[in-house]
Amino acid sequence: MTSQYLGVAVLFAFAVLTAVPLGRYIARVFQGQRTWTDFLAPLENLLYRLSGIDPAKQMSWKQHLLALLSINLVWFVYAFALLFTQGALPLNPDGNPSQSADLAWNTAVSFLVNCNIQHYSGETGATYLTQLVVLMFLQFVTAATGIAALAVVFEALRQRTTEQLGNFWFFFVRSITRLLLPLCLLVATILVFSGTPNTLQGKAQCISVEGDTVNVSRGPVAAFVAIKELGTNGGGFMGANGAHPLENPTYFTNLVETWAHLIIPFAVVFALGFYLQRRRLGWMIFGTMTVGFLMLLGPTLYYETHGSPALSSLGVDQSLGALEGKEIRFGAVASAFWGISSTIISVGSVNSMHDSWMPVSGAMAQLGMMINAFYGGCGVGVLNFLVYLIIAVFIAGLMVGRTPEFLGKKVEAAEVKIAILIALLHPFLILAGTALATYGYNHDPAGLSGWLANPGAHGFSEMLYEYTSAAANNGSGFEGLGDNTPWWNVSIGVVLLLARYLPIIGPVAIAGLLARKKLVPESAGTLRTDTGTFAVMILAVIWIIAALAFFPALTLGPLAEHFAL
Amino acid sequence: MKTQSPSLFQPELVREALKQSFVKLDPRLMVKNPVMFTVELGTAVMLIVSVMVLVTPGAERTQGSAGYNVGIFLLLFATLLFANFAEAIAEARGKAQADSLRKTRQDTPAKVRRKDGSFDVVSSAQLQRGDVFVVEAGEIIPTDGEIIEGLATIDESAITGESAPVIREAGGDKSSVTGGTKVLSDRIVVLVTTAPGESFLDKMIALVEGASRQKTPNEIALTILLAGFTLVFLIVCVTLVPFANYAKATLTVAALVSLFVCLIPTTIGGLLSAIGIAGMDRALRANVITKSGKAVETAGDIDVLLLDKTGTITIGNRRATHFWPAPGVAEAAFVEAATLASLTDDTPEGKSIVELAAQAADGSRLRQRIEGAQLIRFTAETRSSGVDLLPAHGGLRLRKGATDAIRRLVEQAGNPFPTEMQQRVEAVASNGGTPLVVSQNEQVLGVVELQDIIKPGIQERFERLRKMGVKTVMVTGDNPLTARFIAEKAGVDDFIAEAKPEDKMHYIRQEQQAGKLVAMMGDGTNDAPALAQADVGVAMNSGTQAAKEAGNMVDLDNDPTKLIEVVEIGKQLLITRGTLTTFSIANDVAKYFAIVPALFVASIPALQGLNIMQLHSPESAILSAVIFNALIIPALIPLALRGVQYTPVGASQLLRRNLLVYGLGGVVVPFVGIKLIDLLVSVFV
Repeated sequence: MTSQYLGVAVLFAFAVLTAVPLGRYIARVFQGQRTWTDFLAPLENLLYRLSGIDPAKQMSWKQHLLALLSINLVWFVYAFALLFTQGALPLNPDGNPSQSADLAWNTAVSFLVNCNIQHYSGETGATYLTQLVVLMFLQFVTAATGIAALAVVFEALRQRTTEQLGNFWFFFVRSITRLLLPLCLLVATILVFSGTPNTLQGKAQCISVEGDTVNVSRGPVAAFVAIKELGTNGGGFMGANGAHPLENPTYFTNLVETWAHLIIPFAVVFALGFYLQRRRLGWMIFGTMTVGFLMLLGPTLYYETHGSPALSSLGVDQSLGALEGKEIRFGAVASAFWGISSTIISVGSVNSMHDSWMPVSGAMAQLGMMINAFYGGCGVGVLNFLVYLIIAVFIAGLMVGRTPEFLGKKVEAAEVKIAILIALLHPFLILAGTALATYGYNHDPAGLSGWLANPGAHGFSEMLYEYTSAAANNGSGFEGLGDNTPWWNVSIGVVLLLARYLPIIGPVAIAGLLARKKLVPESAGTLRTDTGTFAVMILAVIWIIAALAFFPALTLGPLAEHFAL
Repeated sequence: MKTQSPSLFQPELVREALKQSFVKLDPRLMVKNPVMFTVELGTAVMLIVSVMVLVTPGAERTQGSAGYNVGIFLLLFATLLFANFAEAIAEARGKAQADSLRKTRQDTPAKVRRKDGSFDVVSSAQLQRGDVFVVEAGEIIPTDGEIIEGLATIDESAITGESAPVIREAGGDKSSVTGGTKVLSDRIVVLVTTAPGESFLDKMIALVEGASRQKTPNEIALTILLAGFTLVFLIVCVTLVPFANYAKATLTVAALVSLFVCLIPTTIGGLLSAIGIAGMDRALRANVITKSGKAVETAGDIDVLLLDKTGTITIGNRRATHFWPAPGVAEAAFVEAATLASLTDDTPEGKSIVELAAQAADGSRLRQRIEGAQLIRFTAETRSSGVDLLPAHGGLRLRKGATDAIRRLVEQAGNPFPTEMQQRVEAVASNGGTPLVVSQNEQVLGVVELQDIIKPGIQERFERLRKMGVKTVMVTGDNPLTARFIAEKAGVDDFIAEAKPEDKMHYIRQEQQAGKLVAMMGDGTNDAPALAQADVGVAMNSGTQAAKEAGNMVDLDNDPTKLIEVVEIGKQLLITRGTLTTFSIANDVAKYFAIVPALFVASIPALQGLNIMQLHSPESAILSAVIFNALIIPALIPLALRGVQYTPVGASQLLRRNLLVYGLGGVVVPFVGIKLIDLLVSVFV
């Protein structure tokens, strides 16, 4: 067990060590400073020229949002059309069918919003064409969308008074060319050499040790998995996702893939410090997120390594932890670490079945998504954190006897209004969605018996988890939920859209409004936001306001299960 | 703080506030406070449920006993009353304070001078703006106004509590008189400057009473935040119904409403307006009339404080301490010239020269010499004064003034400014004194040294301000050397030397352009533009009407150090809001752990494990939480009215302390409180 712990500790340390220089690099890339990737400039310029874009044109925060939303709309139409007709399109060696309208809607939306909840299985529900030009394409551009939105916020929080917040296309294109593509090349190459397939050929036929003939699905997996993790997308090429032996063959690839989903969310936090030339602030945010992460990881590790007392009482040896639903090549610790990091980071890829986790662990995974601001998804994690930060700044600012300020800008009614609305949206979507679903189920349990694989509290968790995962744009599933039905496809799609765009619009608007304001110089009376005390303040705001709102719901799900064990 | 009342709850105020607590239940008033409005809705729901349980047989089985339902209803009703009482008592206190001031000026007969010169005696309440009245020795001034003729000594103790009489005279910066004060000597003619019911005091009373009370920007933002929290918890409670149905748990309306009311921030919601009113009230108790609640709040944000040296940093005025004759000038001749130049100068400095000289020269002989002489008054532009004697008395042109002013005078006449005198001037200045150069027929006779006495304890006050992050700036007419000496000795951060009125304005603009908020105090008409420009402008009550109109606060005590108090009152106001918000929200942790297990434990017995407080029964748990939630409001009223103790330490330290006291305290206190209440309640339930 010690070596298992050592494995994830080394991994975490390595991720932090690599994230700091990457953060500096990201800050330089977005500030247009010289970097070693400048040789890509001609490629970028070609793209700008082809699209008729002037990357030097300054945009206001509203123009940024307009650009972001309109290109997203174009992608949605494109994705939906291809998924809906994929069966008749080329590059379909296994002859998979087209997706139904509601499933295509769900899939298109889900990949468009960087969530990758999958109500289909990749082996049979998508073709190589849609995997490549729809799903993988969206995995790149949506990750870049989040990062570009964050770059706008960086630009807005620089201490000056302005409406000119850089160019959206500049940030967006560079997110792909300078960040995602190079990192994906690196990770995909490692995966290919570790046994992950990367081919356009159809199913491979082989004879198993029992002598049966089996057809093994394959495809451009390594390329897909690289961006799946790096872009915090999480949608697997295969249905079993990171637990599948071809997506994630070894303990080493597991480390690489975990690193891949940690690295950009880590790095952008440090990038904030470098961009704003407030490295202490970067570390404060990173530290706060890490403490929050550990608060969720701690109980999970405890319960996953100790196993179920119900099994222990039957005399089952659980010295290796609770192994139901886990891959033995990863073990309990690496599975728990992946599960928690993948839920807080809105990757949502899984390497073990969360449905089989101990109840408390399942609660921690859900809490991670309910909070959705510890590291969080590519770019958007910091945006979510900013919302809590603004609320904390406001209350703490009053507590020190001054009109609250953040980075030299006064935080007033308009910013507070946006922040609280965005903070409110998350519990609203999760709780209202789950409430509607339970209401329906309560009234027709027989007719909807296909929904829930388990009765009672666990069944409730399955529904709660699905909406939580959607609202967090996470994409992991608790499984056990019969989710490819019109109700789930459509309602989850709606939740996904609201939960993606409003939390981008809100923080960008807040930053845009702050950028317009007059700069207030710092004095001894100014609340400093880069201190440990303020970190405690933010954590308190997150736990009391965000996490505790879900306490009654969690009580009826995982906690009821836990106490019944 | 001369009129600080000994008790927060005087019986007559409490009676009035109790009455108002019921009046304020009117939903039309309640809706302004979203948090308490939702409590009122919850109370109404509980009333209906209680009645239903009482009249419908069998309803007790699903909704709990009648006693329990009625109990919850009464507790919620009490919560509303407590919140209303907090606001009402704050209003009553403010009103009482303002009324006691207003009483001094009611129904005084006023002798109004008509256009034809005749006099009518009317009640002061009938005076209109533009009326002119006459007040003589021994009479009470009927209303606020500006002296247009005459000079009088006035006893302002009714307003300021200060027993020493003050002099007010027409023209200049001390021309304002306040209704209710008493003329001790002489006779003045006063122009009424405010319409009835529109004096600053009337405005302030209206502000406290709520009719014209507008929410301040921070208060608006906080109300939005609290409304947001309320919405979150509304979602939490409403969605709990289908969740509970799924879990086959029966939820009573009482339990659900209780959970909701306990979770929403009723503590701060109930105390919010009381805190704001108490802030204005505290200012009034410090004898500062604020023209808006916003001004008090802004005072807490002040970055730069402009303070006049005289009266604020130094005691009263400079006094002459030494005569320094120029080389070749006999000391006696110099003293005589200096005295002559000062005899008609009734500024404190001038008088002190005469006093110092009286020890050396014969005053009465000198007085004869200035008969018929032409007086040259001091102006801010020439920065010198003096006399031109009649030819019969020697025909001398005597001047005294600031070094640069006399130097210009002397050098324009082609005479040298002696180097010895230059050195003397610098020596005096670097010693903290003010050199006053005396010239006779444009030739330097010598230097009079004036010394300032710095107020005891002022250094500590500036240190306090520095810890708050407020920069202090001393404004003085002194030369830069003197100014620097005093600035360093007193511990101010910056100074404006040789200040002309427009310099203040310029300085304020400059600081504001750098994003800072500036406060200043002033009295003269030439201060008015700067007072208007400053973010917080405190006009002295003795000042001109123009100054009082331009500022956003009026200090009845005419105390220049009042600005420092005002800043602290502003900070205290914001801190009280912030800490009580934190406390209110932190309380939720314990309330969740009291109520949530209680909701479900009947249907899911395993959840007893969540009942970490070991509360007696589900009903006692819910009752205890609601009782705690109600009682915490009156328990915190004194804190809301007095304000949270403010000590000037750095922001980070302040946050740490308040987070510990009100954050951690807010988590722990309800655990203890609810447990204790539960022990009591379990005896009865």
